[in-house]
Formats: sequence, C-alpha cells, structure tokens
Amino acid sequence: MTHTLVDALKDECYHNSAIELLFQLADDDFILSYRGSEWLGLAPHIEEDVAFSSISQDTMGHAAMFYQLLQDLGAGDADELAHVRSAGERKNAVLLEKVNGLGTYLAEPHYDWAFAVVRNYFYAQAKKIKIESLKNSSYQPLAEAAVKVSMELYYHLLHWKTWFTQLMDAGGEARTRMESAIKIVLDDLDGLFSLGNSGPELTKHSLIDSEDTLRAAWVNRMSPVFESVNFNIPEKFGMKNGNGRNGEHTVDLKSALDILGEVYNLDPAASW
Amino acid sequence: MLKDKVLEALQTVKDPEIDSISIIELGMLEELDITPEGVSIKLLPTFMGCPALEIIRKNVITAVSQVEEAENITVQFIFHPPWTSDRVTKIGRERLKEFGIAPPPRHIAETGEWEADCPYCGSTYTTLENLFGPTACRSILYCKSCKNPFEAMKPVSTLM
Ligand SMILES: [Zn+2]
Repeated sequence: MTHTLVDALKDECYHNSAIELLFQLADDDFILSYRGSEWLGLAPHIEEDVAFSSISQDTMGHAAMFYQLLQDLGAGDADELAHVRSAGERKNAVLLEKVNGLGTYLAEPHYDWAFAVVRNYFYAQAKKIKIESLKNSSYQPLAEAAVKVSMELYYHLLHWKTWFTQLMDAGGEARTRMESAIKIVLDDLDGLFSLGNSGPELTKHSLIDSEDTLRAAWVNRMSPVFESVNFNIPEKFGMKNGNGRNGEHTVDLKSALDILGEVYNLDPAASW
Repeated sequence: MLKDKVLEALQTVKDPEIDSISIIELGMLEELDITPEGVSIKLLPTFMGCPALEIIRKNVITAVSQVEEAENITVQFIFHPPWTSDRVTKIGRERLKEFGIAPPPRHIAETGEWEADCPYCGSTYTTLENLFGPTACRSILYCKSCKNPFEAMKPVSTLM
C-alpha cells in the first residue's frame, strides 16, 4: 500500500521503519561522498579529478535529499543529522567508511586507486539495485526521489565500470593490485546489502526488497562483468569489520566524523 | 496579468553556469501558483547536488520581487516529476548551441551510448572524451571535423 508523508506520520511502526531505511541510505552516501572528496587533486589525472569530484558532489546531493526526507518525517534537522550524529548512531555500511589508504589528505596521502575503483564500482551497482527496488517502495516520497537518483547514478556506474574493466584487463601490476583490492572489498561487501536488525520490518512494510533479493540481483548483474575479465567471485561475501546498520563501526568512521565535525562546527549555518 | 509578468521575470533568470539560457528554457519551472497569499514557484533541479541551486533561488526571488504586485515569493525545489533533458525547450536547445554547448541528445542507444553533433560545425563525426565535464550536467566531446573540443549537455531520462 502506498504511504504518503501524512500516512507515514500516522502509523508509528511504519514511521520507524521508514526512518531506519532512510538513515541507512543517507549515511551510506554521506560517508562515501566524504571519502571521495578526500581524493580531490590526487586522482590519476586531471580529467579523473573532475569526474570523481562531480560524482562525489552528486552523491552528497543524494545524501542531502535523504536527510531532507528524514527531516520531513520529524527525525531532526537535515544538516544536523548529517553532521552532528556520533559514530554509534550511524547506519552506513562499514565498507564505505574505510580510509582511502595510508596517510591523510594533508599528510603524505598514499591512497589506493585500485581500492577506490573497486569500492565505488561495487557500491554504485549495489546502490543502483537498491534504487530500482525503491522505485516501487511503499513510501511515496522515497519512490519519487529514487527516480531522480537513478538517472544520475546511471552515469556513476558507467564511469566506474569502465575503470574496473580497463584495469582488470590491463594485466601486470594493475591486475595484481585490483585483485587485492577486490579481496578487501569482498570481505565487507555483505554490509552493503544488510538492512540491519530491522531488515524484516522494512521488507514487511514493502519499503524495499529483502537483503537476499538485493544480493542476488547484484550477483546477477555483476556476473557477466566478472566473466568478461576472467575473475571468479566467491559464493559468499563477508562482514568482517561489523554490521554498520546496527551501529557497529571502525575507528576510521570516528576520525572522519571528527574532521567533518570540526569543519561543520566552525560555521553550522554555512551551506554545504 | 500578474502571471505573465512573473513569467517574464523568470525568463530573465539565467543558468548561473550558462548565461545564455533561462531556467524556463532549461525546463526547470514546474509550477507557478499565484494566490492571494503570494507567489509560489516550484522548480526542478537538473542534478540533485548542483551547487548553483541556491544561487538560482536567490536570483529568482530578486527577479520576481521587481514585479510590482508580486508578494510573498517562495521558491521550492522538488524532485517529482524528475527533471529530464527532454524538458529543454526548442529555443533552449538553440541557446545552448550559441553558448558552444551541444543540446542533450534525444536518442540513447540500448547500450546507454549516445552521440552529440558538434555545436560549431554541425558535424556528426564526434567522440566522447569525458563523460563528466566541468559540471555534473555536461560531458566533454571532441569534433573530428573541425578539431574543436566541445561540451554537450548529458541526456537524462527516466529509462536510466
Ligand atoms: Zn565541429
């Protein structure tokens, strides 16, 4: 059954589920967009710098829109939801909070481009599958937003897929580094599909498809790509560093939030 | 009529990044509602994370405020219906070309590939250099006929 904002506000159980899902979606995009912005000026070439920052900007736009939907549901002020919540309150998948590599943005960054490509490609495909599911979400404002996100995401996916297949086909050091990046990403990939402890509730309310359906769709969509680059994916993915949907996170998230918080607290009224 | 005057004012609000085209020609105006309470304007953002949105909001309010009877002006960005590139008007497509930007292609192949004609010489002999141009809504192409690089507005459709 379709729920408008007004319907959702009247049904407490539904309301809680919608908020839960929106936090997962918003926090995913928020933290990955931040990790993307740290790459500014460090991408392999100037064109990629332009493209990657454009993608990160789109992604932050999606996060802002999800936080706005949360604000509409009475979850709090959109800007504060994005910037002021502690690590334990965050619902993003752990894979997305991991640092880009050794060093920091300011001091000796030795970021791993292979990891960036694999993480962003696998995430873009997982997000695309979720967004397609959300187009049929029972929560009407979310279903409408999904249509818009989908169009922008289409280009992100195309971009990362190109990098992925080119580097995988390049052989030599590129292939070796890509394969180690894939291993690291697969270790925490399941966190992307997890809907957390309240997963069954979300599915019961027809807010989004089940974890199993989302994961199967991902495998289905990715299999031809893996095949084309001669790579076998394992049957099972991991959640080695915890399930972010349930508030489990690594120190990487905490340090990212500290930096983001510092900037935000300088001028909470500034538009981002 | 007040509505015509407001529309005229909106026509003067240009895309901050392409100052030859107005927000109306871009197809951003979804709703203009004039009631005794005031003027309510609903716009569709071309891309969600577009940093120009706040500038556009400000410029719309400034422009419409010039209309004498217009009071209580509100500008809202909404996502539904989504902005798609086929909303760019016929005049808008011409304005983009004047600016050296190829209008968004109308045809997208099933593979997702698309082509844009060169805005300078009209040649179809072009290649896509970079999907992501200086802003989210533009890509960079190269014309093999007149050997000029150029930008094209990305096609965006609900089929994507
Ligand atoms: Zn030409």
